[in-house]
Amino acid sequence: MTATTELKNIINEENVVYKKTSVLLDNEMHYCPGCTHGVIHKAIAEVIDDMDIQEKTIGVSPVGCSVLAYNYLDIDWQQAAHGRAPALATATSRLMPEKYVFTYQGDGDLASIGCAEIMHACNRGESIVVFFVNNAIYGMTGGQMAPTTLEGQVTATSPYGRDCQTTGFPMRISEMLAMLPGTRFVTRESAETPGAVRKLKKAIRKGFENTRENKGISFIEIVGTCSSGWKLSPVKSNEWMKENMFPYYPLGTLKDE
Amino acid sequence: MGDIRLMKGNEVIAEAAIRCGCDGYFGYPITPQSEVMETLMIRRPELETGMVVVQAESEVAAINMVYGGASCGKKVMTSSSSPGISLKAEGITYLAGAELPALIVNVVRGGPGLGTIQPAQSDYFQAVKGGGHGDYKLIVLAPASVQEMNDFVELSFDLAFKYLNPALILTDGVIGQMMEKVELSEFKPRWTEEEIIAKSGTWATTGKTADRERNISTSLDLDSAKQEIFNHKLQAKYRAMQENEVRFEKINCDDADYLFVAYGSSARICQKAIEIARKKGIKVGLLRPITLFPYPIKQIQEMLGQVKGILSVEMSAGQMVEDVRLAVNGKVPVEHYGRYGGIIPTPDEVVEALEQNFLGE
Amino acid sequence: MTEEIIIAGFGGQGVLSLGKILCYSAIMQNQEVSWMPSYGPEMRGGTANVTVILSDERISSPVLKSFDTAIILNQQSMDKFVNEIKPGGTLLYDPNGITRHPERKDINIYKIQGAALATEMGNPQTFNMIIMGGFLKVKPIVLLENVKKGLEKSLPERHHKLIPLNIEAIQKGIENVETVLAL
Repeated sequence: MTATTELKNIINEENVVYKKTSVLLDNEMHYCPGCTHGVIHKAIAEVIDDMDIQEKTIGVSPVGCSVLAYNYLDIDWQQAAHGRAPALATATSRLMPEKYVFTYQGDGDLASIGCAEIMHACNRGESIVVFFVNNAIYGMTGGQMAPTTLEGQVTATSPYGRDCQTTGFPMRISEMLAMLPGTRFVTRESAETPGAVRKLKKAIRKGFENTRENKGISFIEIVGTCSSGWKLSPVKSNEWMKENMFPYYPLGTLKDE
Repeated sequence: MGDIRLMKGNEVIAEAAIRCGCDGYFGYPITPQSEVMETLMIRRPELETGMVVVQAESEVAAINMVYGGASCGKKVMTSSSSPGISLKAEGITYLAGAELPALIVNVVRGGPGLGTIQPAQSDYFQAVKGGGHGDYKLIVLAPASVQEMNDFVELSFDLAFKYLNPALILTDGVIGQMMEKVELSEFKPRWTEEEIIAKSGTWATTGKTADRERNISTSLDLDSAKQEIFNHKLQAKYRAMQENEVRFEKINCDDADYLFVAYGSSARICQKAIEIARKKGIKVGLLRPITLFPYPIKQIQEMLGQVKGILSVEMSAGQMVEDVRLAVNGKVPVEHYGRYGGIIPTPDEVVEALEQNFLGE
Repeated sequence: MTEEIIIAGFGGQGVLSLGKILCYSAIMQNQEVSWMPSYGPEMRGGTANVTVILSDERISSPVLKSFDTAIILNQQSMDKFVNEIKPGGTLLYDPNGITRHPERKDINIYKIQGAALATEMGNPQTFNMIIMGGFLKVKPIVLLENVKKGLEKSLPERHHKLIPLNIEAIQKGIENVETVLAL
């Protein structure tokens, strides 16, 4: 046997141990090195593939770094005005109740300008899944302070560190939303290790499954990094996240009914 | 004879929506148009046609629900009054930018600010010149009767889907609150999923199937060159509307020496003013623009050889008069008569204004 | 024929529904109608008024400043509208609570004791139909049989059993109009 035929024998279906899901497109991602968005996108794409719901899934992308999420997942997408994704998703799921509808939002989009929309979508218990990526900063506009920015954290608009006396306190959105009767599943996850991603994927699947039962919204917060905004290397970012974000935004399920 | 009723303009908007197969209404209460959503809530169309009605947390949320619903290829609408329309401006420009069909109803009240709840026409600029950011236009229809409130709901949806552009019904507290005899439209079923895919499958987010690329409902293109090309496309669309969709009505124009130009409830007042003026021997007619965009420019120009003066009558400080003047281009005198802040001009005042401006009295 | 009417009184007197039934009655005889209420804070417990136009032709302005007929049911409305009646026009009013009676000499003036008659009938809700009767007497532009049809059309079916009582009230009104001044 020549080396070539040996190689040909190896590359066949039975021997495949890993294959990128086709729901994740081949477009080159615009995210910075170390950014969590890519990992989360892939996790969502894999769950959509596993559940075989690609034809029935509608995503709503926000304004923020993930505004172009529609370039990466091969599903139908709506691109919302800043903060309004839950309103789009509300109408979409009400008008097409057989579909799986999700929003994908950052902390500026969801926790600041879109606070009313997410609060009321949760309160109404819409049958949608919300992915809330919290990296404690506005990434796309160049690293400004977000509602979730930690006390003392340096950003472009809190250059001397966030002063809570004048700028308010970092908001624990998941805890707030878990109090609403309309939320069914509220969890805070991360995606910095294979184990964390496995847990995240379980939560994503649960969220999508919940939408079938019309019993309230599933809210999945993912604590992530922003190497560019935090001005740290990808490795240092993960360390900073574990040291500073996790104590203030503890991981785990807040509500599962 | 069809289904004849005595109904308020606002109630008719709701009834017409149900009957033309509207899929969803998303609104927020504001005087003087709350009857639209109230009527829908009483009618419970979800049991009858499956139409969805949602009271949103704000006008901002309501218009963005419209964006979501429109993205699905559904017939969706919202209604509000002036301050609420200002809040919806963001969503409206996104709809125009994403080329989404939708119906917005503005039952105008006096402004600026919180203003008054009484009728006005002071949102003309907002309706036809923009309102939100960017170079976009809405198809703007101005009903002058409760019957037209009925008729223009379906017409607005037809035009919105024909051009993939939001349409706006610009009315006011007079037409919204008054009752008139109205012949309601026949019931039409809502579109099925198959019909939506056949009609709008190239863009609607109905779920990506294996036989097509994914559909993306967006107004974003970071590439300026592409954004300019897209803007050219929009402008071509607006030119096509100007070419094909102008609607107007002429009353007593054949022998007119003078012309009123007025829309909506002002046009009704001008009709009475014509009766009064003609009794005095003043030959005056009315050109009533039904579409405010596209505006009946040619139709006004056709009158220029005939009339000695034009009076634009509006419940505003003088907004539409600018479009009349652009059409007339200095060829005959154009004056404005308006009452504002919620005051409705009387027919006698209008005749007086005509006399003062053009008859040297 | 075009009849331009203002009906004005207190909220709760059935001013708006009187106008509505009048409109429905005219629709039954194939006429054009418009019904334009005052709306807003005025609605809350204060005065209520509605402009009703009935016509054989397309109606021009639904908002008017002068009227063929005024139906006036309280003092505030008398003060506000008595001078907006066209010369030669008609005023029909309920003298209950009126201290400043109309002094115009160029209009027809009729009185009807609507409130008193409604009490007599043992049902204050018949008030506006008594007034309707008074109007039909002085301005017979709508046929009684069409008013009956109008009532059927404007009242929800569960209230149809009240139609005979309403017709009785209209009859009462027709019989009890008093002429104050006839030109």
